[in-house]
Amino acid sequence: MKIILKNGYVYDPINNINGEVMDIFIKDGKIVNEFREKDAKVIDCKGKVVMPGAIDIHSHIAGGKVNTGRILRPEDHRRFVIARKFKNGKFFRSGAGFSVPSTRITGYLYAKMGYTMAFTPALPPLMARHTHEELSSIPIIDKGALTLMGNNWFVMKYLKAGEIEKCAAFAAWLLKAVKGYAIKVVNPGGGEAWGWGKNVTSLEDRVPYFDITPKEIIEGLMKVNEMLKLPHSEHLHTINLGRVGNYETTIKTMKLARGLENRDRHVLQITHAQFHSYGGESWKSFESKAYEVAKAVNKMKNVAIDVGFVTLDPTTTMTADGPMEYYLSSLTHLKWTNKDIELETAPGVTPYNYSPKSAVSSVQWAVGLELALLVEDPWRVMLTTDHPNGGPFIRYPRIIAWLMSRKYREDFMKNMNKAVEKRAIISSLDREYDLYEIAIITRASQARALGLKEKGHLGVGADADVAVYDINPEELNTAEYEKIERAFSNAYLTIKSGEIVVKEGEVVNEFYGKTYYVDVEVEEELMQEVERDLDYYFKRYYSVNLANYPVSLDYLTNPTKIERKIERVKVIK
Amino acid sequence: MHYTDVVCTFCGTLCDDIEVTVEDNRIIDIRHACRVGASKFFKASDIKHRRTKPIIRENGREIEVSLEEAVEKASEILADAYRPLLYGWSSTTCEAIKYGVFLTDLVGGIMDNTATVCHGPSVLAFQEVGYPSCTLGEVKNRADLIIYWGSNPLHAHPRHLSRYSFYPRGFFRERGMQDRELIVIDVRRTDTAKIANKFIKVEQGKDYELVSALRYVLNGGVLKKDYVAGVSREEIYELVDKMKSCSFGVLFFGMGLTQSSGKHRTIDNAISLVRDLNRFTKFNIMMMRGHYNVTGSNEVLAWETGYPYAVDFSRGYPRYNPGETSAVDVLVRGEVDAALIIASDPVSHFPKEAVKHLLRIPYISIDAFYNATSMFAKVYIPTAVAGIECEGTAYRMDGVPIRVRKIIEPPEGVLSDEEVVRMIYEKTMEKIKERIEEEAAEKVIV
Ligand SMILES: [Zn+2]
Repeated sequence: MKIILKNGYVYDPINNINGEVMDIFIKDGKIVNEFREKDAKVIDCKGKVVMPGAIDIHSHIAGGKVNTGRILRPEDHRRFVIARKFKNGKFFRSGAGFSVPSTRITGYLYAKMGYTMAFTPALPPLMARHTHEELSSIPIIDKGALTLMGNNWFVMKYLKAGEIEKCAAFAAWLLKAVKGYAIKVVNPGGGEAWGWGKNVTSLEDRVPYFDITPKEIIEGLMKVNEMLKLPHSEHLHTINLGRVGNYETTIKTMKLARGLENRDRHVLQITHAQFHSYGGESWKSFESKAYEVAKAVNKMKNVAIDVGFVTLDPTTTMTADGPMEYYLSSLTHLKWTNKDIELETAPGVTPYNYSPKSAVSSVQWAVGLELALLVEDPWRVMLTTDHPNGGPFIRYPRIIAWLMSRKYREDFMKNMNKAVEKRAIISSLDREYDLYEIAIITRASQARALGLKEKGHLGVGADADVAVYDINPEELNTAEYEKIERAFSNAYLTIKSGEIVVKEGEVVNEFYGKTYYVDVEVEEELMQEVERDLDYYFKRYYSVNLANYPVSLDYLTNPTKIERKIERVKVIK
Repeated sequence: MHYTDVVCTFCGTLCDDIEVTVEDNRIIDIRHACRVGASKFFKASDIKHRRTKPIIRENGREIEVSLEEAVEKASEILADAYRPLLYGWSSTTCEAIKYGVFLTDLVGGIMDNTATVCHGPSVLAFQEVGYPSCTLGEVKNRADLIIYWGSNPLHAHPRHLSRYSFYPRGFFRERGMQDRELIVIDVRRTDTAKIANKFIKVEQGKDYELVSALRYVLNGGVLKKDYVAGVSREEIYELVDKMKSCSFGVLFFGMGLTQSSGKHRTIDNAISLVRDLNRFTKFNIMMMRGHYNVTGSNEVLAWETGYPYAVDFSRGYPRYNPGETSAVDVLVRGEVDAALIIASDPVSHFPKEAVKHLLRIPYISIDAFYNATSMFAKVYIPTAVAGIECEGTAYRMDGVPIRVRKIIEPPEGVLSDEEVVRMIYEKTMEKIKERIEEEAAEKVIV
């Protein structure tokens, strides 16, 4: 199909296009050079905004703990249902779930907002097949999975022994075996300690038995990441998430990236930084330290953050940070699930009700916005809620409107706990994001962070993933924030791989997107050494045979491989 | 041919270390499997005792038909139904279950799996209080205290003790069983109880009381009674002590606990006990699930609809209310007018009132093995045995997803559950689309 999007205001930061009126040409799923209008579908986008399809780099949409969240929360699903429908000769499935939507409607809901790609950020290798089964059941959007390694026994063992090349070879093997996309680290060392009901609280703490520190794991994997030339950086959920006074740990964590460089992107992503920017001595004196954390980000040019905004909704928290989920549930006394996974990780789930009336919640709301408003370079900011941890992804349009409209923030704060005035500085910040900056934090910076050259822009050769919104930049008045929120909630048009999937906020077509994974080849002798260890450990300590562990490509929709060939793994000191 | 790393699809333990020797498409040798598992392999490969042709029954006559005819008839039944029940889904692959959800959504029916009559109460308790748990490898590597409550793994999950819990050497339990303690709590001295370090005999139906006593003592209460649920005060204190002082404990529970009086309240209480224990040490809990993929059935339904079983699509979107939307209840109340039963035999196992209604309505039976339910079905379609004659995905009792393998060819013309359900789905879709177009056309005339 050939499509021409005519006369829209185009926002394409990767190509430095800031609101120019342009035509976009689409053919065979790609953005192409101008062609003649004959045989093409011409769509008038006059007075509308045209952006690349949006990308969500960190959203818990598929896998064991997401599904545990679904099973755990029937009361959540009753708040939000989508009925089945027939449209254009197609059958569109029904589904349910407010904070943890079922898989089909996850694809529909993203597409409706102009999103065309989302990565699930915490794939436990042993459960990888489950994650992929769910990803393969999400229609429309492109997908991928970040792979948990921060508590992996092989990783800890190799790093402790100073065998970083073996660690790198193991990481390469693991990514390929589980069809993962990047190295994800969650509460490094804390997950293993949780195997004994313990945790780590400082970067210098020693992990029981493995005798390694969180700092060493973070640094080691950051180097491994660069040794393997992976497309994405290390993706780090550092220790002390959600703890009062944790901002110092966060700043110390960022400094671990000193000295490492990558031409194309940052080398460390501090994920859901909002949850790591807290001050105070106790919950009573809980306060925002977004200013300090943002200052550190501004200085550290090789570090980026995704925010993890809090949207003040009742939600379901889920992380691979088992001890954190236990701690949270012991504060709320709400139901709690835990799943320690042999040799690898320890996820947990518990509901959480962010209330605007609560001092802590309202400060958390401010922390997220302050971070986004105080970090100067939008290229190192990504819009996320750590869905569903800070709030469900369907709230992204509201976050966009908050960032674009000071008035919206002020109005919203009126019904909030007064703590937001005293223990946060949000009310003093008058920065408003413009559409170009919004396009960066929802598209361009995320595509760049993922190292995907065909994504996040509208240049010739890019994948034809496009969103058109019913906003006229010439008439934009940020005081009318409902309009902004409404427009971003219901894309006028979403085009995925060159096909129209959403028209005026309604899903009209569906098919399956790509699933990205990484395949790094390292030198054979090194891999053989690692394979010997794999054999030994699997025979003794895993509960499945090595032969039954890898996930075959059958589980991925349109598997898309990012290849790297490393002739000789070079140690980074 | 010699196959290694074969997965046994007998029970929820899903052992994946089976070795099978095949000659002329017949299984001639099996290594590592337990007796029940091995017999399943042999039974599947003994095709003399299987029916391999689809059947349609009309006016009391049984006609052998082609697969296409059977699928046509099946989709007719489902498309014509007002609110059909699609039940079973625990001894089949996730791939088949997935098409089952599509189909149920399409026809606006009710989809339920066998959890409804086994660990249903555990799922309800899960939804009340949560579920602190782990994978079986964690138990192997770390556990020094293992409790089976209302569960007799030696019979129901024969290799559970040797592969995952009591006997194996683990990373932090190098000496295997010598580094662990095994406690069995049950109403009678089962074979598992006989090999345990300690057996605690609880009075029939009094599990709830015993759990409460343990929680009470654990949380600092002073027990005044000499006996609770038939267990002495000393034993209760001793047990609490062991639970508190172990470094990694695990409580496996079976139907003895879920079906004890109090049902989900008992499980709720047991999970709360484990949660309380986490204030003192590391403790986890796990359901001993029977059917090899009942866990997967709950998982697929949950990711497709939000709910793990008893899902009703009759309003056009998923709704969940066990007791109202569960298989036995809708049958007893006569609320369904057709059914599809797959990999299950409710005619043998459901309460009489439910079976009575099932026999009154047209239904389809899909099963590798012809059973009592197949005997009265309007349509019977034989299928391949997953894990032996076809591959697919199954979830172990701890949620670990495993690819089950194909080692022999199914009987000629026999397809997998996945393929058969997909064919029925596609055929039913065609029929429903025609009707929708008819309706649309009518509207234009009006
Ligand atoms: Zn996350």
